[in-house]
Amino acid sequence: MIHASLKELAAALAAKSISSVELTRLYLDRIARLNPSLNAFVTLDEDRSLAAARAADARIAAGQAGPLTGIPIAQKDIFCAQGWRTTCGSKMLENFISPYDATVIVKLEQEAGMVSLGKVNMDEFAMGSSNETSWFGPVRNPWDQTRVPGGSSGGSAAAVAAALAPVATGTDTGGSIRQPAALCNLTGLKPTYGVVSRYGMIAFASSLDQAGPMARSAEDCALMLSAMAGFDEKDSTSLERPAEDYSRCLGQPLKGLKIGLPKEFFGEGCGAEVMAAVQAAIGEYQRLGAEVVEVSLPNSHLSVPAYYVIAPAEASSNLSRFDGVRYGYRAPEYSDLNDMYSKTRAQGFGAEVKRRILIGTYVLSHGYYDAYYLQAQRIRRLIANDFVEAFKECDVILGPTSPSTAFKRGEKAADPVQMYLSDIYTIAVNLAGLPGMSLPCGFDGQGLPIGMQLIGNYFDEARLLNVAHGYQQATDWHRRTPAGLE
Amino acid sequence: MSQWEVVIGIETHAQLATVSKIFSGASTAFGAAPNTQAAPVDLALPGVLPVLNKGAVECAIRFGLAVDAQVARKSVFARKNYFYPDLPKGYQISQFELPVVQGGHVTIVVGQGEKSYEKRVNLTRAHLEEDAGKSLHEDFHGKTGIDLNRAGTPLLEIVTEPDMRSADEAVAYAKALHALVRWIGICDGNMQEGSFRCDANVSVHKPGTPFGTRREIKNLNSFRFLKEAIEYEVRWQIETLEDGGSIQQATVLFDPATGETRAMRSKEDAHDYRYFPDPDLLPLVIGEDWVERTRAALPELPEAKKQRFMADYGLSAYDATGLTASLETADYYEACVAAAGQASAKPCANWVMVDLAARLNKEGLELGQSPVSAVQLGGLVARIADNTISNAIAKKVFEALWAGEGSTADEIIEKQGLKQITDSGAIEKLVDEVLAANAANVAEFKAGKEKAFNALVGQVMKAAKGKANPQQVNDLLRAKLAG
Repeated sequence: MIHASLKELAAALAAKSISSVELTRLYLDRIARLNPSLNAFVTLDEDRSLAAARAADARIAAGQAGPLTGIPIAQKDIFCAQGWRTTCGSKMLENFISPYDATVIVKLEQEAGMVSLGKVNMDEFAMGSSNETSWFGPVRNPWDQTRVPGGSSGGSAAAVAAALAPVATGTDTGGSIRQPAALCNLTGLKPTYGVVSRYGMIAFASSLDQAGPMARSAEDCALMLSAMAGFDEKDSTSLERPAEDYSRCLGQPLKGLKIGLPKEFFGEGCGAEVMAAVQAAIGEYQRLGAEVVEVSLPNSHLSVPAYYVIAPAEASSNLSRFDGVRYGYRAPEYSDLNDMYSKTRAQGFGAEVKRRILIGTYVLSHGYYDAYYLQAQRIRRLIANDFVEAFKECDVILGPTSPSTAFKRGEKAADPVQMYLSDIYTIAVNLAGLPGMSLPCGFDGQGLPIGMQLIGNYFDEARLLNVAHGYQQATDWHRRTPAGLE
Repeated sequence: MSQWEVVIGIETHAQLATVSKIFSGASTAFGAAPNTQAAPVDLALPGVLPVLNKGAVECAIRFGLAVDAQVARKSVFARKNYFYPDLPKGYQISQFELPVVQGGHVTIVVGQGEKSYEKRVNLTRAHLEEDAGKSLHEDFHGKTGIDLNRAGTPLLEIVTEPDMRSADEAVAYAKALHALVRWIGICDGNMQEGSFRCDANVSVHKPGTPFGTRREIKNLNSFRFLKEAIEYEVRWQIETLEDGGSIQQATVLFDPATGETRAMRSKEDAHDYRYFPDPDLLPLVIGEDWVERTRAALPELPEAKKQRFMADYGLSAYDATGLTASLETADYYEACVAAAGQASAKPCANWVMVDLAARLNKEGLELGQSPVSAVQLGGLVARIADNTISNAIAKKVFEALWAGEGSTADEIIEKQGLKQITDSGAIEKLVDEVLAANAANVAEFKAGKEKAFNALVGQVMKAAKGKANPQQVNDLLRAKLAG
């Protein structure tokens, strides 16, 4: 049961072979047993979860269940949920109880009837690629507990990989859904910017942040996205589009599909075993009838530098509200207002967050704005144009998600640039605002999962999900689970 | 030695008369208990996002059209970053590089009577932004209280070119702008509640030389303070320069108690606000159709109304300017003329601008609080025009209307028997009696003393209890004395 798909769980609930309360208890028990070592969950509230499960059971009994009603879920601790502690992985918000719900929470809990099992760990304010920057300690990769699960949605990835939850929410600013999905053998989707509301999702970099599902299959991701997506008048960057059934293309044959392989993603910088697995996946697609064409993203080498100007710039401003005045951490002792600000922020934020606030403040400063921020915005347009050109030649773009498999805890923590390069293939997608996925495509010699990335054109999630689904119908990488967690 | 020339530019924050805030649904009503009108967005809770209030944009468009400016088809909201406890997000959402209103001008009339002159003050821009909350330093025993009710209140910041050359011009501009924003209904103009606040940028230089270094006087919330602050600042700057000193760019505050300005921060401590486009808000795009719909809904603007008053009612520029100082005054005047008749347009102007204004002023009332309505006043003026009463009696009737002794001038005239005597027979009888009883005056007049004639007129009017038609009395007396 704990490895069942969302569809199978919904069927079991509908058939009353298990109740939502029973299912919720099953997962809460696993969390109680396995979370102390994995550190995926930071906040649990059994009463709240079970109350939601009872409400879901009532809805099922009344014949008013949707496709996700009663199914448990882990929520990344970046989404504000009324009455729940919402920390964003930071000491700054260690005791912050949200008085309101994020739109994603409203959609998943109230509208879809899902049961939140708890809030899962993440890099502090979503800044990190290894989940080592969390104030609540690092998350362990269920495939090898000496290794990182990726980040920033590392808690989400570890929770689903270890079957502490059937599915989880994640957010992706530069790869924070796709990279941990790759490192934990999951399927994760970052939708087109504006498809999922950002209201109530604590902002890191507003023009790049996008929420999406982290699950065991493309099919599960499609169900989840259908529930999460939709126009929200509370988010001015949300797109006014009709609701979509993202499962609608699943099962369509891949014959004739044109897969673009950006030559820049197949050069130096990618680990040999990752590359071999991605090449094997390309071979599988060709067997399924897809055509392969070479495309070029000539400005992709500029994506990491441009990202590390734009994202910190927005973050430096977004995080100004954490000032110790109205909520959150305040330094216990201070001499005056400025001292209160500096001590509160010095003590409340971790090193990586402070580094990015400093970078962002610098690039927006008088005299540097044109050289850094405006220049980075120009590069951003060039990168987006590269994709527009590439999609004239192909339907989807394929490449590695991350240049390496899960690395050891502490291995890259001392070298921010090495850490930033683990998002080298994912960042351009955020800069362009395109949908991107990661899905399992093999294992390295140490038994660590390898992910490949599929990038779609704007609003092409339904096709993208089918391309991933077609591969998952022909392979079983995504069905493999880590040993020793039963 | 040549004279110093004063150079003034003004930035005005006009609070827009929207029901809710610029980026949240919270109410903008003044005076509620602290922090009861602060939504999650105003409190800057983690994860909240701003949504632009269309009503605030509508106000900006109205303003842009009213000052003949360019309403930008695309403008951009930017973040102005700085830390202050009453600025919840740590940044203010404003507009920086691309404001919604660009250019425009306001025509002002400076001074009164013969010496008055008209001047055009050019605007640089007007942009939308949110207000901050309030820091309360009293009543908290050494701590500071924060009230975020005002946080997120929509403001239009209106910036002029450095076009004004005296405190009087600055005040005339501020008054004209104040009248205009109320006229087009975008701001209630309540200066005590902070709905209309001016900052004055002041510098002095010798004509023909570059502008001097300016100092900015912040937060002037009355026309009197604006005038006093600029006058003090100008004297201070001239004295400083003439004593061999130099002016440093600075922000200063005006202290109404001492009448002085004092530096708050110098250029060196100026913030680097790190403006950048707000990624939570899309560029503001205003279509031609929205502008045209707004234009069609605008009331007749002051300048157009003034020209029409001069053309239709034969008023002088001075009268027309006075009567279009506010929409209320103009509406009152037109209602008065409608009741009195077009032919009485000029006497109506006098009554509104002189008699009524003086009476209101005496009682400290606004026009909207006048006990005498425009229709009542028009009814009164109509009775002067048709010779039912004289001007002197009219003032009595006006007082009676003011005191509520009747609902119309006609009622009071009837009830109090104030109808003018125009029956020439009756007047002749009175004249004959007066002539008979005042032989000495008659003799003096015949001896060439014109003064004696006035005394005789006075006697007749007295006998008529003021009700005789003065022209008829004059004419009859002249005829009799000549005969």
